[in-house]
Amino acid sequence: MTALPWWRDSRKLGWLVQAAVGLGLLVVVALLLSNLEQNLTRAGLRLTLGWLNQPAGFDIAETLLPYKASDSYGRALAAGLVNTLRVVGIGLVLSTALGVVAGAASFSTNPLLRGLSRTYVEVVRNIPLLLQLVFWYFAVFLTLPPANQAVQLPGLQLAKSGVYLLGARLVNGELVGGWRLSLELAALLTGLVIYSAAFIAEVVRGGIASVPRGQWEAAESLGLKPLATLRLVVLPQALRVIVPGLNSQYISLAKNSSLAVAIGYPDLYAVAETTLNQTGRGIEVFLLLMVVYLGLDLCISLLMNGVERLVHLKDR
Amino acid sequence: MSRLSLQRWRRQLFGSVPDTVLSLGLGALMAWAAWGFLHWAFGQAQWLVVRANAATLAIGRYPEAQEWRLWLLLGMLVSLTGLSWGLLRGRGGAAAPGWPLNDRIAAALLGLLTLGLPPLLAFGAINQGRLLCLLGLLLLLRTLAGRWGNHPWGQRLAKGWPLVWAGAYLLGLWLIGGGLGLTPVRPSDWGGLLFTLLITSLTLLLALPLGVLLALGRRSELPLLRWVSVAYIEVIRGAPLITLLFLGQNLVGFLLPGGLAPDRVWRAAAVLTGFAAAYGAEAVRGGLNAVPRGQLEASRSLGLSTAQTLALVVLPQALKVALPALVGQCIALLQDTTLLSIIGLFDLLGIARSVLANPDWLGRYAEVYLVLAVLYWGSCAALSLGSRALEQRLSSNNLRPSHR
Repeated sequence: MTALPWWRDSRKLGWLVQAAVGLGLLVVVALLLSNLEQNLTRAGLRLTLGWLNQPAGFDIAETLLPYKASDSYGRALAAGLVNTLRVVGIGLVLSTALGVVAGAASFSTNPLLRGLSRTYVEVVRNIPLLLQLVFWYFAVFLTLPPANQAVQLPGLQLAKSGVYLLGARLVNGELVGGWRLSLELAALLTGLVIYSAAFIAEVVRGGIASVPRGQWEAAESLGLKPLATLRLVVLPQALRVIVPGLNSQYISLAKNSSLAVAIGYPDLYAVAETTLNQTGRGIEVFLLLMVVYLGLDLCISLLMNGVERLVHLKDR
Repeated sequence: MSRLSLQRWRRQLFGSVPDTVLSLGLGALMAWAAWGFLHWAFGQAQWLVVRANAATLAIGRYPEAQEWRLWLLLGMLVSLTGLSWGLLRGRGGAAAPGWPLNDRIAAALLGLLTLGLPPLLAFGAINQGRLLCLLGLLLLLRTLAGRWGNHPWGQRLAKGWPLVWAGAYLLGLWLIGGGLGLTPVRPSDWGGLLFTLLITSLTLLLALPLGVLLALGRRSELPLLRWVSVAYIEVIRGAPLITLLFLGQNLVGFLLPGGLAPDRVWRAAAVLTGFAAAYGAEAVRGGLNAVPRGQLEASRSLGLSTAQTLALVVLPQALKVALPALVGQCIALLQDTTLLSIIGLFDLLGIARSVLANPDWLGRYAEVYLVLAVLYWGSCAALSLGSRALEQRLSSNNLRPSHR
């Protein structure tokens, strides 16, 4: 038997291809890094994280973490991160609630409710989130009336000065008490929740649709009411399909929260951009952003994997 | 409506007390919302902002003296669409009806739009005349090509048709950008709908092959290729697009030899391409997973090389399965181009925001954004409808022998 020539030996070819790709990548990365080093030296910006301790000198419109302009850049970025986490946290809860309701409503026997749910999903999913956000902020929330003519909704008062939850009172023409959200935060949450919930509704609908029809009929013939059927029979089975889908929707929501910068809510990305403009530390800021967002994704994934284990049904 | 279905509706809406309450409540809510909207749209809204800025929203700050090039481009696209439409319909030969119902509906809709939109948007008599000519051209070519479709000459033309479109695309890029004898128009002057469509299509065309390569890399048996692809796909998919655009706008200058940074538009397009490729790769991977192993083994045993196996056996099947997911990514990409407005480029949303920043149009947000929403919604909905139709066509092709 004659030896295979090397160009016909798939194992040798494989190594060759890998060596070529590896070498090519190395060369490109080395070139980029050497350019980076030259350019940074010329600009007098050595890669360090020391500047994080310097005073930031800019104000942040709203923070949960106590912050003032004389605090450090590191503190400013941390305040931005807390603002991001706040939006993501509230957004996850609200969009899940709305999404589950809308998803379940698409199985209603009432044609009006069904139609409403389908229309909502089809309209919202086909309009860019950023457009929805600027619409909510500029066209809705910024045009709210002053406090003495605040729009009254159950448990909610909307005025130029903010959105007030849980019983704010009018004192001297100003709303006092309750839980105040800034217009930026309120617009961001509204847009983000309505957008994400439409996708979650689709996930929920897919999950419920994956439960065989016989399960519904069996539960009905046992005398269970529709809501009880949903809660006791259908949802436990549907959750196995729903949870992985929710995982990727939650990650999308976390990433989409960075669009806050377009409507002036000081989330992590917005603070990072200001930091870049002041320090010129593009590389460090970018790496920081990547690490934080990838970390956030990872946390959500880990959390959802835990939930998945919880809802995993044991087949006898 | 028959009496039976009327009864069914009544039962579904008012069958029980809770249902009746729900139906009445929802009905009242919808009526209230519809009334509120109509009241706003015909009473308070000032649509002048849209009429006065229609041209800006369409093409941004494209120089007026060069606008004829865009009309030429539109004429070319309309002609090609008319011919494609006709060739597609004429294929069935004598058995194919000249104008099926769908085509008649499409023609009627187009006619309605061409007749109705220009007066609404105050286009002027000349532009309206041009649009009417284009509509006439479209219908004429559609009719002619429909007749030729079964002619051997038409069939030969149909075979090379994708090449014609590719050529037209390049020609279109030249018409828009200029150079080679035409006055150059800088990318920063392309704007509005034109820019959005251009950058979406360009990104799509570049990202698809890249995505296929990444998907193949991710499934490769060579560990290095696999790791590199996985790392790239997962990192890109884990980061918000805006941070990647940030990289493109602020850091590319650092990574390239001094002073050599392409125009902001190209940098943004490169970032969008890399981003879309990572998502496209996942869609293609789903398709690749669906191709049975036997297909691969069969083609190897027929003596096809790895490249032939991929190009002739695996990819055609994988891409067909991946089509719905790919169209989904396409829709997402179209929506993602709005993020370019955050980094100061004038896509449709960016140009709208610059119009709204003009003190003349202060506070007319709702009107402009609503029109944009209708445009985006229409495009995305059309894409997903088209994908569903294409899916059906492809799956029915499986049943009868194609070619010959």
